[in-house]
Amino acid sequence: MRPPCDPSKFVAEAVKSIPPSGIRRFFDLVSGLEDIISLGVGEPDFITPWHIREMCIHSLEKGQTSYTSNSGLPELRDELTRTYYRRYGLDYDPASEILITTGVSEALDIAIRAVVNPGDEVIVVQPSYVAYVPSVILAGGKPVIVSTHRDDDFSLTAEALKPAITSKTKAIVLNFPNNPTGAIMEQEGMEDIADLVVENDLFVISDEVYECLTYEGTHVPFSSLEGMKDRTVMLNGFSKAYAMTGLRLGFAMGAPDIIHSMMMIHQYSMLCAPITAQVGAIEALRNGKGEMERMVREYDRRRHFIVKGFNSIGLECFNPKGAFYAFPYIGDTGLSSSDFAERLLNEKRVVTIPGDVFGEAGEGFLRCAYAASLDDLRKAIERMGDFVDGLKQ
Amino acid sequence: MDEMIRHILEILENDARASSEEIAALTGMSAQEISQTIAKLEETGVIRHYKTIVDWDLVGENYVYAVIELKVTLERNQGYQAIAERIYKFPEVRSVRLLSGDYDISLTVRGKSMKDVAFFVAEKIATLDQVQSTSTHFVLKTYKEDGVILHEPELIKRLPVSI
Repeated sequence: MRPPCDPSKFVAEAVKSIPPSGIRRFFDLVSGLEDIISLGVGEPDFITPWHIREMCIHSLEKGQTSYTSNSGLPELRDELTRTYYRRYGLDYDPASEILITTGVSEALDIAIRAVVNPGDEVIVVQPSYVAYVPSVILAGGKPVIVSTHRDDDFSLTAEALKPAITSKTKAIVLNFPNNPTGAIMEQEGMEDIADLVVENDLFVISDEVYECLTYEGTHVPFSSLEGMKDRTVMLNGFSKAYAMTGLRLGFAMGAPDIIHSMMMIHQYSMLCAPITAQVGAIEALRNGKGEMERMVREYDRRRHFIVKGFNSIGLECFNPKGAFYAFPYIGDTGLSSSDFAERLLNEKRVVTIPGDVFGEAGEGFLRCAYAASLDDLRKAIERMGDFVDGLKQ
Repeated sequence: MDEMIRHILEILENDARASSEEIAALTGMSAQEISQTIAKLEETGVIRHYKTIVDWDLVGENYVYAVIELKVTLERNQGYQAIAERIYKFPEVRSVRLLSGDYDISLTVRGKSMKDVAFFVAEKIATLDQVQSTSTHFVLKTYKEDGVILHEPELIKRLPVSI
């Protein structure tokens, strides 16, 4: 008889070295509970606008179910070129400087793999989306954390960035508008970062998936700063702006060398992004502005409501100018982020995400998505107010 | 258009009962500013009317609706306004529109029964001097009324937690 084996020994070291996700346990706590109000989601509560869904359906009826070019449908890349030229005067060649990916998640993974050599340091600015650190580790790189703070409205300062840069630093991952804080970067602050990037000869991976959800001021793509276009790969997608999360469609724009390298990985792993989603994305870019702006105005109203709500129940909340997250401070209650979130869930049935899930700099905060109905937001603030009052007694 | 006015109008178009306090919380303006702005919008006719969309079927009041197409002859010195005014003064008439195309005016008429509507059209509308012909289309079912879908949509569930 052949001996039994322990399959865990086959798991690669790099995977084992990924820190456990703080969110998994929380997900298990939530499942099975009734009457919950969730501010824990990272996606719009809108359904993809009908004209986009209708286009997807029509393409399926026609039988458009084949592979596309590895880089993505040429019409979609053309539309992206036009869109970014119109919005920011950015000029990306659809043939060599744009790659359509399966969500921003894939774009992130292959962008990091395309530039990181084993041992390279990659600066990750936190609090931020949870995939950056694992992606760097899986590529054999070493993540170096730089924190943003409430005093700076969670935007990245050159002073904070400078000490983290070493001779081994290869790249920096930026995410503005930011998940989970809702922070944006003003152009002035970005120029300072750009100076450091040039001084130290760094590459920038800029995740701008919340670009269209900017409520105060206008979004400035990092690549639009003088001299930054060839040093930056912009990662972006359709999930947040057009409520297309489950359709999984993103894109990367950057210098031909970088996009080609990403394409090399993409063609042997993903091959191409789903064609139905690409057809929907073309429609979104051509005719989706009105619906997108309508959703953005709706988020903007909820943003006012929730920020005012948190401040009124004694949870100080900085004014998030982008994305759809509020990031109230709960440190004054004496509870840690995860204790607060867990007790709030068990006692008041409100789901929030503890800030430390997004990095140590998030400790003391909660991520609350306001991509929820106004009724739910109203109830959530009420329940959280009761909870905070209860803590004081 | 001012962004704030757009916010206020969108909120009210969606929910005419939204209070000034509620609108204030959604826009960052003060309740007083909201009341003043709304008063001005009402005064200048931007806000025409506040109304409720009722599904009468659900309380057993089975109103009958019909869309009536009219061809009209215009008299000297009188445009479409005169005939439209004659028609819209009837309370049975819910809407009046001047259209391009094969016919001139389209009305929506509400009555208690098909007979009721038919007699109204025959007696009050078809007999008007300017009306050349009428064509009556009874409404069998209304799916969407003024932007509101009249049945419960199926709820799509999202995961309660996602990053």
